[in-house]
Amino acid sequence: MEIKAWNGFVGGEWQTSINVRDFINKNYTAYTGDDSFLAGATERTKALNAKLKELQAEERAKGGVRNIDTTTVSSLCNYAAGYIDKENELIMGLQTDEPLKRGVNPFGGIRMARATCEAYGYKLSDKIEEYFTYRTTHNDGVFRVYTDEMKAARHCALLTGLPDAYGRGRIIGDYRRVALYGVDALIAQKTADKKAVGERVMDADNIKLLEELYNQIDFLKKLKKMGEIYGFDISRPAENAKEAIQWTYFGYLAANKEQNGAAMSFGRCSTFFDIYIERDMKAGILDEIGAQELIDDLVIKLRAARHLRTPEYNELFGGDPMWITESVGGMGENHRTLVTKSSFRILNTLYTLGPAPEPNLTVLWSVHLPEGFKKFCAKISIDTDAIQYENDDLMRMTYGDDYAIACCVSAMKVGKQMQFFGARTNLAKLLLLALNGGYDNMFGTRIGPQEAPMADEVLDYDAVKARFDRYLSWLCKLYVNTMNCIHYMHDKYAYEKIQMALHDTDVNRLMAFGVAGLSVLVDSLSAIKYAKVRPVRNEEGIIVDFVTEGDFPKFGNDDDRVDEMAQDILRDVITELKKTPTYRDAEHTLSVLTITSNVVYGKKTGATPDGRRAGEAFAPGANPMHNREENGALASLNSVSKLPYVYARDGISNTFSIVPDALGKSREEKIDNLVTVLDGYFSNNAHHLNVNVMNRELLMKAYENPEEYPNLTIRVSGYAVNFCKLSREQQKEVIMRTFHDVM
Amino acid sequence: MEGRIHSFQSLGTVDGPGVRAVVFMQGCPLRCVCCHNPDTWDMNGGTLMSARAVADKILRLRSYFGNDGGVTVSGGEPLMQADFVSELFGMCREQGIHCALDTSGCVLNSRVERLLNLCDLVLLDYKYTNDADYKKNCGCFKESVDLFLQKLQAMNKRVWLRQVIIPTLTDNTESLEKLYALKDKFSCIEKIELLPFRKLCAEKYEAMGIEFPLADTPEADTVKVAELQGLMEKE
Repeated sequence: MEIKAWNGFVGGEWQTSINVRDFINKNYTAYTGDDSFLAGATERTKALNAKLKELQAEERAKGGVRNIDTTTVSSLCNYAAGYIDKENELIMGLQTDEPLKRGVNPFGGIRMARATCEAYGYKLSDKIEEYFTYRTTHNDGVFRVYTDEMKAARHCALLTGLPDAYGRGRIIGDYRRVALYGVDALIAQKTADKKAVGERVMDADNIKLLEELYNQIDFLKKLKKMGEIYGFDISRPAENAKEAIQWTYFGYLAANKEQNGAAMSFGRCSTFFDIYIERDMKAGILDEIGAQELIDDLVIKLRAARHLRTPEYNELFGGDPMWITESVGGMGENHRTLVTKSSFRILNTLYTLGPAPEPNLTVLWSVHLPEGFKKFCAKISIDTDAIQYENDDLMRMTYGDDYAIACCVSAMKVGKQMQFFGARTNLAKLLLLALNGGYDNMFGTRIGPQEAPMADEVLDYDAVKARFDRYLSWLCKLYVNTMNCIHYMHDKYAYEKIQMALHDTDVNRLMAFGVAGLSVLVDSLSAIKYAKVRPVRNEEGIIVDFVTEGDFPKFGNDDDRVDEMAQDILRDVITELKKTPTYRDAEHTLSVLTITSNVVYGKKTGATPDGRRAGEAFAPGANPMHNREENGALASLNSVSKLPYVYARDGISNTFSIVPDALGKSREEKIDNLVTVLDGYFSNNAHHLNVNVMNRELLMKAYENPEEYPNLTIRVSGYAVNFCKLSREQQKEVIMRTFHDVM
Repeated sequence: MEGRIHSFQSLGTVDGPGVRAVVFMQGCPLRCVCCHNPDTWDMNGGTLMSARAVADKILRLRSYFGNDGGVTVSGGEPLMQADFVSELFGMCREQGIHCALDTSGCVLNSRVERLLNLCDLVLLDYKYTNDADYKKNCGCFKESVDLFLQKLQAMNKRVWLRQVIIPTLTDNTESLEKLYALKDKFSCIEKIELLPFRKLCAEKYEAMGIEFPLADTPEADTVKVAELQGLMEKE
């Protein structure tokens, strides 16, 4: 095939079938130097960035939402072209016709859309209300089939954050395909796929797939039309770097217009862009300043992305996050690093545009990464607290070298795998439920196997563990079945047409379950085993509190007695989950991740045997409980790094806060030491680390005077937030966390 | 054998090169006015642990040590438990772990000499440059510390001298010049580190119900101390 847009590229399989990985592998230029080549922001970039910041200030002043279009249902071609500053933009396209104006997407649930408009002082238009009286939403579908038990588990917050009223997200379209092939070629491929599926037996699965392919092709046509609204013909492949970035962004923008998924991640694009940038530079039509400008402009667009969320949603996932996760770096399967100059350029936006939580820049760390890149990453962490790290050496074994992270920690092969997102279950609550024989004391709910509450004066470990295992087994079955209902209905009523059009037709599906409160559970079990735990009962004999005498090993101190308990729990959870089959034969996976919901989970969970009071926040993700680490930072990292990724393949999140002085004396020492710590942690097969280098005092000041710190960015749990956008309770919890300090 | 351990810090970056595990030993014969850790004084306090158990804790962290890091034993005064530290260092060296000793240098005997043989680096806290201050503010003789330094020179040990810069006590030019003059006399000194006097320990004194002698002395300005060190190194 002779295609002008591909002039100068090394050919291969990617020319005859859709294979972006092969294109990258054959054409990228690895970069092993340092950051000295980077350019700063141009005046144009600074002015455009200032405009966006002004609009963001207006958004904050209006209580978090600048404007809502209440009369249009969000989709690819339903809005006129929107601009921040048309003449000065290099990369075009906004979700609606105005920056920071939010669209409504009622396909997840009309009640949610209505309530959100009302929460911000708007009213959903009668036209939309009427239209949706004749339509079934995803939320309608789910509640038609939910059993009483599923509803009860949801009500008492044993299962929380389930995507049953909003888009499930965590699906990454391979947006690069739009640039490399152009939309017409993608339509041709899908049309051929549809024909081939038509040859199969017409059973329920294949009929469903045929209808999905019909919708995918329909939306690819809409994608072309969306490009035309902005004056671009994206039916053909991109011919230069600017077009490659524009085309890719249009793919992503289309997804954002169609879906309000919880996490709308961007993929793994910077090294892909770098191939076009290098070609333009060789041709003499682009220089370093121009290249940085293109990346800066893309990032400005990503920072302007918004979805309309209810205040309750923000309580779970604080800070108005989008999880526009872009995965950067990593190694190739041939041991050549995938770091390019554009890996530096995209991280450099944290300097050219200033720190910000989005896009969620995620460094795929390998001990084999070039030193110059490692040091640049460490420097950015020390300066901005805006990036996270995930273990490429670990993930590459399962996902190859063209995977990306969706949301916080969920790896998937780009364009080849998708995920059914499943939020999480509260393990600490499950323990209390087991001790009380199927009674949830916080909500007065009876659920699960009904037994007498534990009658022991001092809790016996073996008896407690046996009981916990019975309840875990019951819960896991309920959890899988609940997820099956949700995703059946999501596929039926809110299918991700454009995102799935940018996947292979026969996609591999993962079903991602999650747990919260792991450290609370294992510290509680450890207290029962190694100390004396006496339950305190109310008049009805229900356990409402505990008196714990004596010391016990606590997770986060590199003590195998308790760390092994945590490992065993994860093994047991994934083993139990796998006993119940999933919708569309998805592969069961598990994460230890809470986002900011650790605060709400804690609030809804009674006192636990580890000494945690009723209502007190859990530690986030897989973190040890706040301030129980008595042996310093590395012992804490060691405890978490022992959690086996093979049991929790959807990610194990750890958030690490350290005061700058504890990293070393000079700036160079701090950078070197952080690199050494990251190498050490990841060579122990740990999965994820959020790094915050800051003093608690700074957060306390920002808590007192939030308006003075609008850009203070911190990592919370798999993502970054503007500290000032968190709720007061979430802010307090962040301040309470362990800050590793100098002794 | 068993030793008395005050505490264990798995991430140390300010007591020796690179990323280090730091073991704080319990017990100290000195009573320095600027002491940061009065809770390490009591010779009978702390937790008894075997050298094997402590070595195992350190070895679990070895993936973090990189090319430069290792273990630093501090205190308290580690020389008071020289045999224990020797056993610990022996175990660490067997595994190729870099061993640093952070000490006041106030004791010298055959057991201490055996320990010094096992050290890759000695961080010597050279508190004052005159005997009167040593006597008054530490309760020991400057001569003992000088003898210790001479021993290190004779053994050709790598040495970093460290001094806490205390406003009105050690921040004067005369004292600093004397300190840096040691570098000419002792070739074993690789580096001199000036540490700003801080008062975060005041709470510890209060909790222990003892008076903090420097309660009224101001903290040293961290930036100025760093500048001072830069200035002295140039001269």
